[in-house]
Amino acid sequence: MKDTTSQRGLTRRELLSRSMAAGASFVVGAGYVASTDAAWAMETTALKPETMATLIQMARDIYPHDHVADEYYAIAVKGYDSAEAAPGVEAGIAALNAAAQGKGHADYLSVGWERDRVDILRGMEDSAFFQQIRGGLVTGLYNQKAVWPLFGYEGESFSKGGYLENGFDDITWI
Amino acid sequence: MAKTFDLNDDSVVVVIGTGAGGGTLANELAQKGVNVVSLEAGAWHEPQDFIQDEWASFGQLAWLDPRTTSGDWRVSRDFAGLPAWIVKSVGGSAVHWAGASLRFQEHEWKAKTTYGDVTGASLLDWPIDADEMDPWYTKAEDKLHVTRTGGRPGLPGNNNFKVFEAGAKKLGYKDVHTGRMAIKSSDSADGVPCQQMGFCFQGCKVAAKWSPSYDEIPQAIETGNLELRTEAHVLRIEHDDSGKVTGVVYADAEGNEQRQAARVVCVAGNSIESPRILLNSASSMFPDGLANSSGQVGRNYMRHMTASVYAIFDQPVRMWRGTTMAGIITDEARHDPSRGFVGGYEMETLSIGLPFMAAFLDPGGWGREFTTALDGYENMAGMWLVGEDMPQETNRVTLNHDVKDQHGMPVANVHFDDHPNDIAMRNHAWQQGSAIYDAMGATRTLPTPPYPSTHNLGTNRMSENARDGVVNKWGQTHDIDNLFVSDGSVFTTGAAENPTLTIVALAIRQADHIAGEMSRGNL
Repeated sequence: MKDTTSQRGLTRRELLSRSMAAGASFVVGAGYVASTDAAWAMETTALKPETMATLIQMARDIYPHDHVADEYYAIAVKGYDSAEAAPGVEAGIAALNAAAQGKGHADYLSVGWERDRVDILRGMEDSAFFQQIRGGLVTGLYNQKAVWPLFGYEGESFSKGGYLENGFDDITWI
Repeated sequence: MAKTFDLNDDSVVVVIGTGAGGGTLANELAQKGVNVVSLEAGAWHEPQDFIQDEWASFGQLAWLDPRTTSGDWRVSRDFAGLPAWIVKSVGGSAVHWAGASLRFQEHEWKAKTTYGDVTGASLLDWPIDADEMDPWYTKAEDKLHVTRTGGRPGLPGNNNFKVFEAGAKKLGYKDVHTGRMAIKSSDSADGVPCQQMGFCFQGCKVAAKWSPSYDEIPQAIETGNLELRTEAHVLRIEHDDSGKVTGVVYADAEGNEQRQAARVVCVAGNSIESPRILLNSASSMFPDGLANSSGQVGRNYMRHMTASVYAIFDQPVRMWRGTTMAGIITDEARHDPSRGFVGGYEMETLSIGLPFMAAFLDPGGWGREFTTALDGYENMAGMWLVGEDMPQETNRVTLNHDVKDQHGMPVANVHFDDHPNDIAMRNHAWQQGSAIYDAMGATRTLPTPPYPSTHNLGTNRMSENARDGVVNKWGQTHDIDNLFVSDGSVFTTGAAENPTLTIVALAIRQADHIAGEMSRGNL
């Protein structure tokens, strides 16, 4: 990520002291979202940081991969932090929080179990907002080259001369 | 210096499109000394420019001009603006094809006779047969360097094939091998043989797979008889008072309208664009579009029965390594109505990368059922299932006057409803495909729905009688002597096989006919 904590000169302790925990995974401060372990942080300009944190959690709940860190989900939705996209996303996340409150939770991020968050998402599955976020993630998440190795996918092979001498038929268990 | 022709030169044959049909036809004509102007809507991409990155390549090669869809097929719901995954580039969809090069089976030329009356299907026998096509198939196989024909060796099997082959044998299938592929398999052929790169769908960067883009078109230009105009998007074909076609109007790269005069016009824009051009050429003399006295232009759109099965194992497969389509089982290609459907299907290995798997495995799917499948990507094997679908008059390409493209031309709407025979065949194919992987100990099988159409067929079909179709046995339109159709839209029925070899064989045969008729003074 571009906006890492180290680049911004923020230590983990400073970060935590200047912010509030949002849900289990995120720290939301003035104008930024960070992971609780301070491995990454993202500045927001158009979206409220709480909104971005909720959006990242929503992205993970739509396409949950336990071996893929939040950072990649954050990259996948970073494009919504623009003046053009922000009003729609703020409204969509507000509706998501309202749906969570309708089920007795404080807001979406405070829902502890994935299955309860997924229940909330199922209820808005046909909305334009949900489909916008889900559709954007198909490329936003899975077309990140940095994500491919996490699934074993090797990408282009031309630079190594193809797989003819690089294991195209190396299966051993047949 | 490449030959150029004047816009007013009415001695030339104008070929619209440079894919398997148009590219082959143009080269064959040029080799015979016929002057040809090839109009190609797309740009020319050299092999070194191809991109081994699925979405980036899609942006480079795919036909992305607007189209609309209707009907009950799932593609219309999941990819409403993308009925077909085909190419806008010199070489057409023969840039991204996998290379499978199969002859029709004998009975498939006579679908109506063989299958009888199938409710709702507009079946017809082709006006040509296996004997007629045999020598043209041989020429096509030689042109395309098809493996396992003409003494050419097969390709080696990759990991995906090894799982597929072993499972097929456990199930008792007999005819399984690494396919008849238009991919150079040995050093003895001119050029570089297959390097097992994967990414066949993204254009072959070593040009081991046949494509008009680097095979036919450069050869044709070398004769001095062909001018290629790229980014020349055809809008309509014009005719004179006698009803003969006289020229082709197109938008050039700057968007300016140009008109190339012509002695003969051959339309080869694939089964969506070809009828679109004919329909958009309507005039007071031909109010329903050119060559459409039968009302059949745009009808009987076929896309093959397609589906995929991916399966996850407890150990790695790494199916993406090596040729995308690395092998075939033909046992289910026979016609055997005891299975609950007429016609048959081929089973062919297939691999797509992680980005396309996310888009195509279960479009619209989300949550852990979806993501745990992708978590198994490295341990996945995959196959494509492709069989004969039923032609239906109501499955058709029409002009959508409510939506215009960048040139102000009405876009094509593609309407498709699955026929019950297609559905029965797909269910059988999913079951058999899953059984192959189950036999190899798959921990999970994923019956995957059809992708946007890659095999687009039938919208200007070939018929003995003018009332039943658009073109005769030479691909010449029944209505207009000097107007031909030269692509898969002439398919009377679809057969089970991947269509490219048949398109190429028909184009070689048509070139022979057109050149002969020209020299005899009949054209």
